[in-house]
Amino acid sequence: MIHVSGVSKRYGTQTVVDDVSCYIKDGGITSIIGPNGAGKSTLLSMMSRLLDMDAGSVTIDGLDVNDTPGRELARKMAILRQDNQLTVRLTVRDLVGFGRFPHHGGRPRIEDKAYIDQALDYLDLGALADKFVDELSGGQRQRAFIAMVLAQDTDYLLLDEPLNNLDMKHAVEMMRLLRRLTDELGKTVVLVIHDINFASCYSDNIVAMREGRLVHQGAPAQIMQPEVLRDVYEIDIRIEEIEGNRIGVYFA
Amino acid sequence: MASSTMTRSTPAISGRVALARPRGSGGQLAVAGAAVIALAIASMFVGVSDVSLPALLAGDQTAWDIFWISRVPRTISVILAGMAMSVAGLIMQLMARNKFVEPSTVGTVESASLGILVVTVAVPGASLLAKMSTATVFAAAGTALFLLVLRRIPLRNTLLVPLVGIMLGGVVAAVTTFFAYRYDLLQTLNSWMIGDFSGVLRGRYELLWIVAVLTLVGYLCADRFTMAGMGQEFSTNLGLNYNRVMTLGLIIVSLISAVVVVNIGSIPFLGLIVPNLVSIIFGDNVRRAVPWVAVFGAGFVLVCDIIGRTIRFPYEIPVGVIVSAIGSAMFLYLLLRKRESRG
Repeated sequence: MIHVSGVSKRYGTQTVVDDVSCYIKDGGITSIIGPNGAGKSTLLSMMSRLLDMDAGSVTIDGLDVNDTPGRELARKMAILRQDNQLTVRLTVRDLVGFGRFPHHGGRPRIEDKAYIDQALDYLDLGALADKFVDELSGGQRQRAFIAMVLAQDTDYLLLDEPLNNLDMKHAVEMMRLLRRLTDELGKTVVLVIHDINFASCYSDNIVAMREGRLVHQGAPAQIMQPEVLRDVYEIDIRIEEIEGNRIGVYFA
Repeated sequence: MASSTMTRSTPAISGRVALARPRGSGGQLAVAGAAVIALAIASMFVGVSDVSLPALLAGDQTAWDIFWISRVPRTISVILAGMAMSVAGLIMQLMARNKFVEPSTVGTVESASLGILVVTVAVPGASLLAKMSTATVFAAAGTALFLLVLRRIPLRNTLLVPLVGIMLGGVVAAVTTFFAYRYDLLQTLNSWMIGDFSGVLRGRYELLWIVAVLTLVGYLCADRFTMAGMGQEFSTNLGLNYNRVMTLGLIIVSLISAVVVVNIGSIPFLGLIVPNLVSIIFGDNVRRAVPWVAVFGAGFVLVCDIIGRTIRFPYEIPVGVIVSAIGSAMFLYLLLRKRESRG
Protein backbone atom coordinates (compact mmCIF):
# COMPACT_ATOMS: atom_id res chain seq x y z
CA MET A 1 0.00 0.00 0.00
CA ILE A 2 1.18 3.50 -0.83
CA HIS A 3 0.26 6.06 1.80
CA VAL A 4 0.65 9.72 0.84
CA SER A 5 0.20 11.98 3.81
CA GLY A 6 0.03 15.77 3.71
CA VAL A 7 2.60 16.11 0.92
CA SER A 8 3.47 19.61 -0.31
CA LYS A 9 5.99 21.10 -2.72
CA ARG A 10 6.72 24.79 -3.12
CA TYR A 11 8.92 26.65 -5.57
CA GLY A 12 9.45 30.11 -4.12
CA THR A 13 6.00 31.48 -3.39
CA GLN A 14 4.25 29.06 -5.73
CA THR A 15 2.76 25.93 -4.25
CA VAL A 16 2.89 23.18 -6.87
CA VAL A 17 1.55 20.37 -4.69
CA ASP A 18 -0.60 21.44 -1.78
CA ASP A 19 -1.20 19.13 1.17
CA VAL A 20 -2.10 15.99 -0.80
CA SER A 21 -3.10 12.85 1.08
CA CYS A 22 -4.29 9.56 -0.35
CA TYR A 23 -4.12 5.79 -0.05
CA ILE A 24 -3.32 3.63 -3.02
CA LYS A 25 -4.20 0.06 -2.25
CA ASP A 26 -2.27 -2.93 -3.54
CA GLY A 27 -3.02 -4.29 -7.00
CA GLY A 28 -4.64 -2.60 -9.93
CA ILE A 29 -3.97 0.55 -11.90
CA THR A 30 -4.28 4.00 -10.38
CA SER A 31 -4.33 6.90 -12.84
CA ILE A 32 -3.50 10.44 -11.81
CA ILE A 33 -5.34 12.88 -14.08
CA GLY A 34 -5.75 16.63 -14.18
CA PRO A 35 -5.01 19.69 -16.32
CA ASN A 36 -1.49 20.95 -17.08
CA GLY A 37 0.23 22.37 -14.05
CA ALA A 38 -1.98 20.45 -11.61
CA GLY A 39 1.12 18.95 -9.96
CA LYS A 40 0.62 15.36 -11.15
CA SER A 41 4.21 14.66 -12.19
CA THR A 42 5.55 16.54 -9.18
CA LEU A 43 3.47 14.35 -6.87
CA LEU A 44 4.67 11.20 -8.64
CA SER A 45 8.29 12.38 -8.38
CA MET A 46 7.91 12.90 -4.64
CA MET A 47 6.24 9.52 -4.20
CA SER A 48 9.26 7.95 -5.87
CA ARG A 49 11.92 10.01 -4.01
CA LEU A 50 13.17 11.67 -7.18
CA LEU A 51 12.15 15.00 -5.66
CA ASP A 52 12.34 16.14 -2.05
CA MET A 53 9.07 17.15 -0.46
CA ASP A 54 8.67 20.32 1.62
CA ALA A 55 6.07 18.79 3.91
CA GLY A 56 4.37 15.46 4.52
CA SER A 57 5.51 11.90 4.02
CA VAL A 58 5.07 8.96 1.69
CA THR A 59 5.31 5.35 2.77
CA ILE A 60 5.36 2.34 0.50
CA ASP A 61 4.56 -0.89 2.31
CA GLY A 62 5.50 0.95 5.48
CA LEU A 63 8.88 2.14 4.13
CA ASP A 64 9.27 5.89 4.31
CA VAL A 65 10.63 6.96 0.92
CA ASN A 66 12.69 9.75 2.48
CA ASP A 67 14.82 7.65 4.78
CA THR A 68 14.78 4.14 3.33
CA PRO A 69 18.11 3.20 1.69
CA GLY A 70 17.96 3.72 -2.06
CA ARG A 71 18.66 0.13 -2.99
CA GLU A 72 16.05 -1.29 -0.63
CA LEU A 73 13.47 1.05 -2.09
CA ALA A 74 14.62 0.16 -5.61
CA ARG A 75 13.63 -3.46 -4.92
CA LYS A 76 10.16 -2.35 -3.85
CA MET A 77 9.28 0.34 -6.36
CA ALA A 78 10.35 1.34 -9.85
CA ILE A 79 9.81 4.74 -11.42
CA LEU A 80 9.98 5.58 -15.11
CA ARG A 81 9.96 9.21 -16.22
CA GLN A 82 8.76 10.40 -19.59
CA ASP A 83 12.01 11.68 -21.10
CA ASN A 84 14.29 8.71 -21.40
CA GLN A 85 16.63 9.72 -24.19
CA LEU A 86 19.86 7.89 -23.54
CA THR A 87 23.18 9.58 -24.17
CA VAL A 88 24.76 6.21 -23.53
CA ARG A 89 24.74 3.64 -26.33
CA LEU A 90 23.42 0.41 -24.86
CA THR A 91 21.90 -2.72 -26.27
CA VAL A 92 18.36 -3.56 -25.20
CA ARG A 93 19.63 -6.52 -23.20
CA ASP A 94 22.20 -4.39 -21.37
CA LEU A 95 19.55 -1.79 -20.56
CA VAL A 96 17.14 -4.39 -19.23
CA GLY A 97 20.02 -5.92 -17.30
CA PHE A 98 20.47 -2.72 -15.31
CA GLY A 99 17.05 -3.38 -13.82
CA ARG A 100 18.74 -6.13 -11.82
CA PHE A 101 21.27 -3.77 -10.25
CA PRO A 102 19.28 -3.15 -7.04
CA HIS A 103 19.29 -6.92 -6.46
CA HIS A 104 22.90 -7.82 -7.23
CA GLY A 105 24.69 -4.51 -6.64
CA GLY A 106 27.07 -4.94 -9.55
CA ARG A 107 27.77 -8.67 -9.33
CA PRO A 108 25.20 -10.41 -11.54
CA ARG A 109 24.24 -13.93 -10.57
CA ILE A 110 22.79 -16.69 -12.71
CA GLU A 111 19.20 -16.06 -11.62
CA ASP A 112 19.48 -12.44 -12.78
CA LYS A 113 19.79 -13.64 -16.36
CA ALA A 114 16.51 -15.53 -15.99
CA TYR A 115 14.76 -12.33 -14.88
CA ILE A 116 16.23 -10.44 -17.85
CA ASP A 117 15.14 -13.11 -20.34
CA GLN A 118 11.68 -13.21 -18.80
CA ALA A 119 11.29 -9.45 -19.02
CA LEU A 120 12.47 -9.45 -22.65
CA ASP A 121 10.03 -12.26 -23.44
CA TYR A 122 7.16 -10.57 -21.67
CA LEU A 123 7.60 -7.45 -23.80
CA ASP A 124 8.35 -9.45 -26.91
CA LEU A 125 11.79 -7.92 -27.27
CA GLY A 126 13.63 -11.18 -27.89
CA ALA A 127 14.41 -10.34 -31.52
CA LEU A 128 15.60 -6.84 -30.60
CA ALA A 129 17.64 -7.81 -27.55
CA ASP A 130 21.01 -7.23 -29.19
CA LYS A 131 20.12 -4.01 -31.01
CA PHE A 132 21.21 -0.67 -29.65
CA VAL A 133 18.42 1.25 -27.92
CA ASP A 134 19.03 4.30 -30.13
CA GLU A 135 18.18 2.22 -33.20
CA LEU A 136 14.66 1.43 -32.00
CA SER A 137 11.41 3.19 -32.84
CA GLY A 138 9.64 5.21 -30.14
CA GLY A 139 7.24 2.42 -29.23
CA GLN A 140 9.96 -0.21 -29.10
CA ARG A 141 12.13 2.03 -26.95
CA GLN A 142 9.29 2.59 -24.50
CA ARG A 143 8.87 -1.17 -24.28
CA ALA A 144 12.58 -1.61 -23.62
CA PHE A 145 12.36 0.75 -20.66
CA ILE A 146 9.28 -1.03 -19.33
CA ALA A 147 11.19 -4.31 -19.66
CA MET A 148 13.96 -2.80 -17.57
CA VAL A 149 11.64 -1.85 -14.72
CA LEU A 150 9.97 -5.25 -15.07
CA ALA A 151 13.35 -6.94 -14.59
CA GLN A 152 13.68 -4.77 -11.51
CA ASP A 153 10.97 -7.05 -10.14
CA THR A 154 9.23 -4.53 -7.89
CA ASP A 155 5.71 -4.71 -6.47
CA TYR A 156 5.08 -1.10 -7.38
CA LEU A 157 5.49 0.53 -10.76
CA LEU A 158 5.23 4.31 -11.10
CA LEU A 159 5.05 5.72 -14.62
CA ASP A 160 5.06 9.36 -15.63
CA GLU A 161 3.04 9.80 -18.83
CA PRO A 162 3.94 6.43 -20.37
CA LEU A 163 1.79 7.22 -23.42
CA ASN A 164 3.71 10.36 -24.29
CA ASN A 165 4.88 10.29 -27.92
CA LEU A 166 3.13 7.00 -28.64
CA ASP A 167 0.69 6.68 -31.53
CA MET A 168 -2.75 5.14 -30.98
CA LYS A 169 -1.67 1.59 -31.69
CA HIS A 170 1.28 1.74 -29.33
CA ALA A 171 -0.70 3.63 -26.69
CA VAL A 172 -3.33 0.88 -26.62
CA GLU A 173 -0.65 -1.79 -26.50
CA MET A 174 1.01 -0.03 -23.58
CA MET A 175 -2.23 0.19 -21.60
CA ARG A 176 -3.05 -3.47 -22.30
CA LEU A 177 0.41 -4.37 -21.16
CA LEU A 178 0.00 -2.46 -17.90
CA ARG A 179 -3.33 -4.22 -17.42
CA ARG A 180 -1.60 -7.57 -17.86
CA LEU A 181 1.11 -6.60 -15.40
CA THR A 182 -1.51 -6.01 -12.75
CA ASP A 183 -3.80 -8.92 -13.63
CA GLU A 184 -1.16 -11.59 -14.27
CA LEU A 185 1.75 -10.50 -12.11
CA GLY A 186 -0.14 -8.73 -9.33
CA LYS A 187 1.76 -5.44 -9.69
CA THR A 188 0.48 -2.13 -8.42
CA VAL A 189 0.74 0.47 -11.19
CA VAL A 190 0.43 4.22 -10.65
CA LEU A 191 0.60 6.42 -13.71
CA VAL A 192 0.20 10.03 -14.70
CA ILE A 193 -1.96 10.20 -17.79
CA HIS A 194 -3.57 12.95 -19.87
CA ASP A 195 -6.13 10.94 -21.79
CA ILE A 196 -9.17 10.59 -19.50
CA ASN A 197 -10.67 7.89 -21.70
CA PHE A 198 -7.64 5.65 -21.38
CA ALA A 199 -7.82 6.29 -17.64
CA SER A 200 -11.51 5.39 -17.66
CA CYS A 201 -11.09 2.16 -19.64
CA TYR A 202 -8.02 0.73 -17.96
CA SER A 203 -7.88 2.01 -14.37
CA ASP A 204 -9.24 0.61 -11.16
CA ASN A 205 -8.85 3.91 -9.40
CA ILE A 206 -8.54 7.53 -10.57
CA VAL A 207 -6.97 10.38 -8.65
CA ALA A 208 -7.90 13.82 -10.01
CA MET A 209 -5.78 16.89 -9.26
CA ARG A 210 -6.20 20.58 -9.90
CA GLU A 211 -3.92 23.44 -8.87
CA GLY A 212 -1.80 21.21 -6.68
CA ARG A 213 -4.69 19.76 -4.73
CA LEU A 214 -6.29 16.33 -4.86
CA VAL A 215 -9.88 17.17 -5.75
CA HIS A 216 -11.47 13.78 -6.45
CA GLN A 217 -10.60 10.16 -6.02
CA GLY A 218 -12.59 7.05 -6.86
CA ALA A 219 -13.44 4.31 -9.33
CA PRO A 220 -13.73 5.35 -13.01
CA ALA A 221 -17.54 5.27 -12.76
CA GLN A 222 -17.41 7.84 -9.98
CA ILE A 223 -14.90 10.14 -11.65
CA MET A 224 -16.27 9.91 -15.19
CA GLN A 225 -19.22 12.18 -14.40
CA PRO A 226 -19.84 15.50 -16.19
CA GLU A 227 -19.95 17.50 -12.95
CA VAL A 228 -16.78 15.90 -11.56
CA LEU A 229 -14.82 16.44 -14.78
CA ARG A 230 -16.11 20.01 -15.01
CA ASP A 231 -14.75 20.59 -11.54
CA VAL A 232 -11.35 19.18 -12.58
CA TYR A 233 -10.92 20.56 -16.10
CA GLU A 234 -13.37 23.50 -16.15
CA ILE A 235 -14.90 22.37 -19.44
CA ASP A 236 -18.15 20.54 -20.25
CA ILE A 237 -17.53 16.90 -21.03
CA ARG A 238 -20.38 14.67 -22.14
CA ILE A 239 -20.18 11.11 -20.90
CA GLU A 240 -21.29 8.25 -23.16
CA GLU A 241 -21.42 4.62 -22.20
CA ILE A 242 -19.82 2.53 -24.95
CA GLU A 243 -19.37 -1.21 -24.51
CA GLY A 244 -19.47 -0.87 -20.77
CA ASN A 245 -16.86 1.89 -20.63
CA ARG A 246 -17.60 5.48 -19.77
CA ILE A 247 -16.16 7.69 -22.49
CA GLY A 248 -15.82 11.44 -22.22
CA VAL A 249 -16.64 13.41 -25.37
CA TYR A 250 -14.92 16.78 -25.33
CA PHE A 251 -14.01 17.39 -28.94
CA ALA A 252 -16.87 19.77 -29.70
CA MET B 1 4.57 -15.67 -21.54
CA ALA B 2 4.08 -13.14 -24.30
CA SER B 3 0.44 -12.73 -25.26
CA SER B 4 -0.87 -12.49 -28.77
CA THR B 5 -1.60 -8.79 -28.44
CA MET B 6 2.09 -7.93 -28.28
CA THR B 7 3.47 -10.28 -30.92
CA ARG B 8 2.33 -8.17 -33.84
CA SER B 9 4.83 -5.38 -33.37
CA THR B 10 7.96 -7.54 -33.51
CA PRO B 11 8.81 -7.50 -37.24
CA ALA B 12 8.98 -3.70 -37.22
CA ILE B 13 12.77 -3.56 -37.39
CA SER B 14 12.53 -0.40 -39.40
CA GLY B 15 14.11 -1.12 -42.75
CA ARG B 16 17.59 -1.50 -41.26
CA VAL B 17 19.68 -4.47 -42.21
CA ALA B 18 20.14 -6.50 -39.09
CA LEU B 19 23.89 -6.93 -39.40
CA ALA B 20 25.76 -9.19 -37.08
CA ARG B 21 27.57 -6.73 -34.88
CA PRO B 22 31.14 -7.13 -33.77
CA ARG B 23 30.60 -7.52 -30.07
CA GLY B 24 34.16 -7.43 -28.83
CA SER B 25 34.72 -10.98 -27.69
CA GLY B 26 37.53 -12.03 -25.42
CA GLY B 27 39.35 -13.50 -28.40
CA GLN B 28 39.33 -10.23 -30.31
CA LEU B 29 40.53 -8.41 -27.21
CA ALA B 30 43.42 -10.85 -26.92
CA VAL B 31 44.40 -10.16 -30.54
CA ALA B 32 44.26 -6.40 -29.91
CA GLY B 33 46.30 -6.86 -26.75
CA ALA B 34 48.91 -8.84 -28.71
CA ALA B 35 49.09 -6.02 -31.26
CA VAL B 36 49.77 -3.53 -28.46
CA ILE B 37 52.53 -5.77 -27.09
CA ALA B 38 54.07 -5.95 -30.58
CA LEU B 39 53.97 -2.15 -30.79
CA ALA B 40 55.50 -1.91 -27.33
CA ILE B 41 58.39 -4.16 -28.38
CA ALA B 42 58.87 -2.07 -31.53
CA SER B 43 58.84 1.06 -29.38
CA MET B 44 61.70 -0.29 -27.28
CA PHE B 45 63.95 -0.48 -30.31
CA VAL B 46 63.29 3.00 -31.69
CA GLY B 47 65.72 5.70 -30.69
CA VAL B 48 68.96 7.48 -31.35
CA SER B 49 71.23 5.23 -29.28
CA ASP B 50 71.97 1.85 -30.73
CA VAL B 51 69.85 -0.65 -28.87
CA SER B 52 69.33 -3.57 -31.20
CA LEU B 53 68.35 -7.12 -30.52
CA PRO B 54 71.79 -8.50 -31.56
CA ALA B 55 73.50 -5.99 -29.25
CA LEU B 56 71.28 -7.06 -26.35
CA LEU B 57 71.85 -10.73 -27.10
CA ALA B 58 75.58 -10.16 -27.29
CA GLY B 59 75.40 -8.85 -23.73
CA ASP B 60 76.41 -5.28 -24.62
CA GLN B 61 76.27 -3.55 -21.22
CA THR B 62 75.66 -0.03 -22.63
CA ALA B 63 72.77 -1.28 -24.72
CA TRP B 64 71.24 -3.08 -21.72
CA ASP B 65 71.62 0.05 -19.57
CA ILE B 66 69.83 2.23 -22.12
CA PHE B 67 67.22 -0.48 -22.51
CA TRP B 68 66.41 -0.63 -18.78
CA ILE B 69 66.97 3.03 -17.88
CA SER B 70 65.26 4.67 -20.85
CA ARG B 71 63.47 2.42 -23.33
CA VAL B 72 61.46 0.21 -20.97
CA PRO B 73 60.34 3.04 -18.68
CA ARG B 74 59.38 5.12 -21.70
CA THR B 75 57.33 2.33 -23.24
CA ILE B 76 55.61 1.57 -19.94
CA SER B 77 54.71 5.21 -19.43
CA VAL B 78 53.35 5.50 -22.98
CA ILE B 79 51.09 2.52 -22.31
CA LEU B 80 50.01 3.73 -18.86
CA ALA B 81 49.31 7.30 -19.98
CA GLY B 82 47.51 6.17 -23.13
CA MET B 83 45.28 3.75 -21.24
CA ALA B 84 44.51 6.05 -18.35
CA MET B 85 43.80 9.24 -20.31
CA SER B 86 41.47 7.33 -22.64
CA VAL B 87 39.57 5.77 -19.74
CA ALA B 88 39.46 9.17 -17.98
CA GLY B 89 37.89 10.58 -21.16
CA LEU B 90 35.27 7.83 -21.16
CA ILE B 91 34.35 8.48 -17.53
CA MET B 92 34.24 12.23 -18.15
CA GLN B 93 31.86 11.67 -21.06
CA LEU B 94 29.52 9.61 -18.91
CA MET B 95 29.58 12.18 -16.12
CA ALA B 96 28.88 15.09 -18.47
CA ARG B 97 26.44 12.96 -20.51
CA ASN B 98 28.13 14.22 -23.63
CA LYS B 99 30.35 12.43 -26.13
CA PHE B 100 32.45 15.47 -27.01
CA VAL B 101 34.18 16.18 -23.74
CA GLU B 102 37.40 14.91 -22.21
CA PRO B 103 39.77 16.19 -19.51
CA SER B 104 41.55 18.58 -21.89
CA THR B 105 38.31 20.17 -23.16
CA VAL B 106 36.56 20.80 -19.84
CA GLY B 107 39.32 22.59 -17.93
CA THR B 108 40.66 19.59 -15.97
CA VAL B 109 44.08 19.61 -17.61
CA GLU B 110 44.31 23.43 -17.62
CA SER B 111 43.42 23.51 -13.91
CA ALA B 112 46.05 20.87 -13.18
CA SER B 113 48.64 23.03 -14.95
CA LEU B 114 47.56 26.03 -12.89
CA GLY B 115 48.01 23.93 -9.79
CA ILE B 116 51.55 22.94 -10.75
CA LEU B 117 52.35 26.58 -11.52
CA VAL B 118 51.04 27.71 -8.14
CA VAL B 119 53.10 25.13 -6.26
CA THR B 120 56.19 25.87 -8.38
CA VAL B 121 55.96 29.59 -7.58
CA ALA B 122 54.93 29.23 -3.94
CA VAL B 123 57.23 26.37 -2.95
CA PRO B 124 60.26 26.29 -5.27
CA GLY B 125 61.79 22.84 -5.30
CA ALA B 126 58.60 21.13 -4.16
CA SER B 127 58.65 17.35 -4.51
CA LEU B 128 56.96 15.60 -7.40
CA LEU B 129 54.40 14.24 -4.96
CA ALA B 130 53.57 17.74 -3.70
CA LYS B 131 53.16 18.95 -7.28
CA MET B 132 50.90 16.04 -8.09
CA SER B 133 48.72 16.53 -5.03
CA THR B 134 48.27 20.24 -5.72
CA ALA B 135 47.58 19.56 -9.39
CA THR B 136 44.96 16.98 -8.41
CA VAL B 137 43.16 19.39 -6.09
CA PHE B 138 43.13 22.09 -8.78
CA ALA B 139 42.02 19.60 -11.44
CA ALA B 140 39.15 18.42 -9.24
CA ALA B 141 38.07 22.00 -8.56
CA GLY B 142 38.16 22.89 -12.26
CA THR B 143 36.19 19.79 -13.25
CA ALA B 144 33.64 20.34 -10.49
CA LEU B 145 33.18 23.91 -11.71
CA PHE B 146 32.49 22.60 -15.21
CA LEU B 147 29.94 20.06 -13.95
CA LEU B 148 28.22 22.75 -11.86
CA VAL B 149 28.00 25.08 -14.85
CA LEU B 150 26.52 22.19 -16.87
CA ARG B 151 23.79 21.69 -14.30
CA ARG B 152 22.79 25.32 -14.75
CA ILE B 153 22.51 25.17 -18.52
CA PRO B 154 18.85 24.56 -19.24
CA LEU B 155 19.32 23.46 -22.84
CA ARG B 156 21.84 20.66 -23.00
CA ASN B 157 22.74 21.11 -26.61
CA THR B 158 25.25 18.49 -27.76
CA LEU B 159 27.65 21.07 -29.14
CA LEU B 160 27.14 23.66 -26.41
CA VAL B 161 28.51 21.39 -23.70
CA PRO B 162 32.03 20.99 -25.16
CA LEU B 163 32.05 24.70 -26.04
CA VAL B 164 31.35 25.62 -22.42
CA GLY B 165 34.19 23.34 -21.38
CA ILE B 166 36.63 24.77 -23.91
CA MET B 167 35.77 28.33 -22.82
CA LEU B 168 36.21 27.41 -19.17
CA GLY B 169 39.53 25.74 -19.94
CA GLY B 170 40.52 28.80 -21.97
CA VAL B 171 39.91 31.13 -19.03
CA VAL B 172 41.96 28.94 -16.68
CA ALA B 173 44.74 28.61 -19.29
CA ALA B 174 44.79 32.40 -19.74
CA VAL B 175 45.26 32.93 -16.00
CA THR B 176 47.99 30.29 -15.96
CA THR B 177 49.80 31.80 -18.94
CA PHE B 178 49.64 35.29 -17.41
CA PHE B 179 51.26 34.22 -14.16
CA ALA B 180 53.74 31.97 -15.94
CA TYR B 181 54.74 35.01 -17.98
CA ARG B 182 55.09 37.21 -14.88
CA TYR B 183 57.21 34.61 -13.11
CA ASP B 184 59.20 33.78 -16.21
CA LEU B 185 57.98 30.18 -16.28
CA LEU B 186 56.53 30.02 -19.80
CA GLN B 187 59.12 27.45 -20.87
CA THR B 188 58.27 25.24 -17.93
CA LEU B 189 54.56 25.67 -18.58
CA ASN B 190 55.06 24.39 -22.11
CA SER B 191 56.49 21.14 -20.80
CA TRP B 192 53.20 20.46 -18.98
CA MET B 193 50.97 21.55 -21.81
CA ILE B 194 52.61 19.45 -24.51
CA GLY B 195 52.97 15.81 -23.62
CA ASP B 196 56.44 14.42 -24.23
CA PHE B 197 57.87 11.06 -23.23
CA SER B 198 61.50 11.92 -23.98
CA GLY B 199 62.21 12.84 -20.37
CA VAL B 200 61.04 9.53 -18.98
CA LEU B 201 63.83 7.68 -17.19
CA ARG B 202 63.99 4.97 -14.57
CA GLY B 203 63.48 6.49 -11.13
CA ARG B 204 61.51 9.44 -12.51
CA TYR B 205 58.29 7.93 -13.83
CA GLU B 206 57.24 5.34 -11.24
CA LEU B 207 54.48 7.53 -9.80
CA LEU B 208 52.72 7.02 -13.12
CA TRP B 209 51.79 3.53 -11.94
CA ILE B 210 49.10 5.26 -9.84
CA VAL B 211 47.04 5.68 -12.99
CA ALA B 212 47.06 1.92 -13.57
CA VAL B 213 45.31 1.50 -10.21
CA LEU B 214 42.84 4.28 -11.05
CA THR B 215 42.06 2.70 -14.41
CA LEU B 216 41.33 -0.56 -12.62
CA VAL B 217 39.01 1.22 -10.16
CA GLY B 218 37.24 2.77 -13.16
CA TYR B 219 36.77 -0.71 -14.58
CA LEU B 220 35.46 -2.16 -11.32
CA CYS B 221 32.89 0.66 -10.98
CA ALA B 222 32.01 0.49 -14.68
CA ASP B 223 28.33 -0.35 -14.16
CA ARG B 224 27.88 2.56 -11.80
CA PHE B 225 29.36 5.02 -14.27
CA THR B 226 27.10 3.69 -17.02
CA MET B 227 24.05 4.23 -14.81
CA ALA B 228 25.23 7.70 -13.80
CA GLY B 229 25.59 8.35 -17.52
CA MET B 230 21.87 7.73 -17.87
CA GLY B 231 21.07 10.57 -15.51
CA GLN B 232 20.28 11.26 -11.89
CA GLU B 233 16.65 10.10 -11.97
CA PHE B 234 17.57 6.92 -13.77
CA SER B 235 20.30 6.18 -11.21
CA THR B 236 18.04 6.97 -8.28
CA ASN B 237 15.41 4.56 -9.55
CA LEU B 238 18.02 1.81 -9.53
CA GLY B 239 19.01 2.63 -5.97
CA LEU B 240 22.36 4.16 -6.90
CA ASN B 241 23.80 7.03 -4.89
CA TYR B 242 24.27 9.41 -7.81
CA ASN B 243 26.32 12.04 -5.99
CA ARG B 244 28.70 9.45 -4.61
CA VAL B 245 29.34 7.99 -8.07
CA MET B 246 29.88 11.47 -9.51
CA THR B 247 32.37 12.26 -6.75
CA LEU B 248 34.25 9.03 -7.40
CA GLY B 249 34.37 9.84 -11.11
CA LEU B 250 35.61 13.34 -10.36
CA ILE B 251 38.43 11.97 -8.21
CA ILE B 252 39.47 9.37 -10.80
CA VAL B 253 39.46 11.83 -13.71
CA SER B 254 41.27 14.56 -11.77
CA LEU B 255 43.92 12.25 -10.36
CA ILE B 256 44.65 10.62 -13.71
CA SER B 257 44.88 14.01 -15.44
CA ALA B 258 47.08 15.51 -12.75
CA VAL B 259 49.47 12.56 -12.62
CA VAL B 260 49.82 12.45 -16.39
CA VAL B 261 50.27 16.23 -16.72
CA VAL B 262 52.95 16.32 -14.01
CA ASN B 263 54.89 13.35 -15.37
CA ILE B 264 54.34 13.56 -19.13
CA GLY B 265 52.35 16.66 -20.00
CA SER B 266 48.95 17.01 -21.59
CA ILE B 267 47.93 14.60 -24.36
CA PRO B 268 44.94 16.40 -25.84
CA PHE B 269 42.04 14.72 -27.67
CA LEU B 270 43.12 11.25 -26.61
CA GLY B 271 40.25 10.84 -24.14
CA LEU B 272 37.90 12.06 -26.82
CA ILE B 273 38.69 10.01 -29.88
CA VAL B 274 39.48 6.64 -28.32
CA PRO B 275 36.20 6.22 -26.37
CA ASN B 276 34.23 7.51 -29.36
CA LEU B 277 35.80 5.01 -31.72
CA VAL B 278 35.15 2.21 -29.24
CA SER B 279 31.59 3.42 -28.73
CA ILE B 280 30.87 3.37 -32.46
CA ILE B 281 32.07 -0.22 -32.68
CA PHE B 282 30.98 -1.75 -29.37
CA GLY B 283 28.46 0.59 -27.75
CA ASP B 284 28.80 2.07 -24.30
CA ASN B 285 28.36 -0.66 -21.80
CA VAL B 286 31.35 0.50 -19.83
CA ARG B 287 32.19 -2.88 -18.36
CA ARG B 288 32.72 -4.11 -21.89
CA ALA B 289 34.14 -0.85 -23.24
CA VAL B 290 36.83 -0.12 -20.64
CA PRO B 291 39.23 -2.91 -21.69
CA TRP B 292 38.86 -1.86 -25.32
CA VAL B 293 39.33 1.81 -24.55
CA ALA B 294 42.44 0.96 -22.57
CA VAL B 295 43.89 -1.22 -25.35
CA PHE B 296 43.02 1.27 -28.13
CA GLY B 297 44.41 4.16 -26.06
CA ALA B 298 47.70 2.41 -25.36
CA GLY B 299 48.07 1.35 -28.99
CA PHE B 300 47.22 4.79 -30.36
CA VAL B 301 49.75 6.61 -28.18
CA LEU B 302 52.39 3.97 -28.92
CA VAL B 303 51.90 4.57 -32.65
CA CYS B 304 51.99 8.35 -32.20
CA ASP B 305 55.11 8.17 -30.05
CA ILE B 306 56.88 5.97 -32.59
CA ILE B 307 55.89 8.38 -35.38
CA GLY B 308 57.13 11.30 -33.29
CA ARG B 309 60.51 9.62 -32.88
CA THR B 310 61.01 8.54 -36.48
CA ILE B 311 59.49 11.30 -38.64
CA ARG B 312 62.41 13.72 -38.12
CA PHE B 313 64.98 11.20 -36.95
CA PRO B 314 67.28 11.73 -35.06
CA TYR B 315 65.19 14.61 -33.67
CA GLU B 316 61.95 14.04 -31.80
CA ILE B 317 58.50 15.63 -32.10
CA PRO B 318 56.59 15.61 -28.78
CA VAL B 319 53.83 13.03 -28.72
CA GLY B 320 51.32 15.71 -27.68
CA VAL B 321 51.80 17.42 -31.04
CA ILE B 322 51.29 14.21 -33.02
CA VAL B 323 48.22 13.17 -31.01
CA SER B 324 46.74 16.67 -31.36
CA ALA B 325 47.26 16.71 -35.11
CA ILE B 326 45.64 13.31 -35.65
CA GLY B 327 43.13 13.85 -32.84
CA SER B 328 41.79 17.20 -34.01
CA ALA B 329 41.17 15.79 -37.48
CA MET B 330 39.31 12.84 -35.98
CA PHE B 331 37.37 15.16 -33.65
CA LEU B 332 36.14 17.14 -36.66
CA TYR B 333 35.18 13.92 -38.39
CA LEU B 334 33.20 12.75 -35.35
CA LEU B 335 31.39 16.09 -35.07
CA LEU B 336 30.42 16.12 -38.74
CA ARG B 337 29.45 12.47 -38.70
CA LYS B 338 27.13 13.10 -35.76
CA ARG B 339 25.42 15.94 -37.55
CA GLU B 340 24.91 13.91 -40.70
CA SER B 341 23.25 11.06 -38.89
CA ARG B 342 20.94 13.48 -37.13
CA GLY B 343 19.79 15.42 -40.16
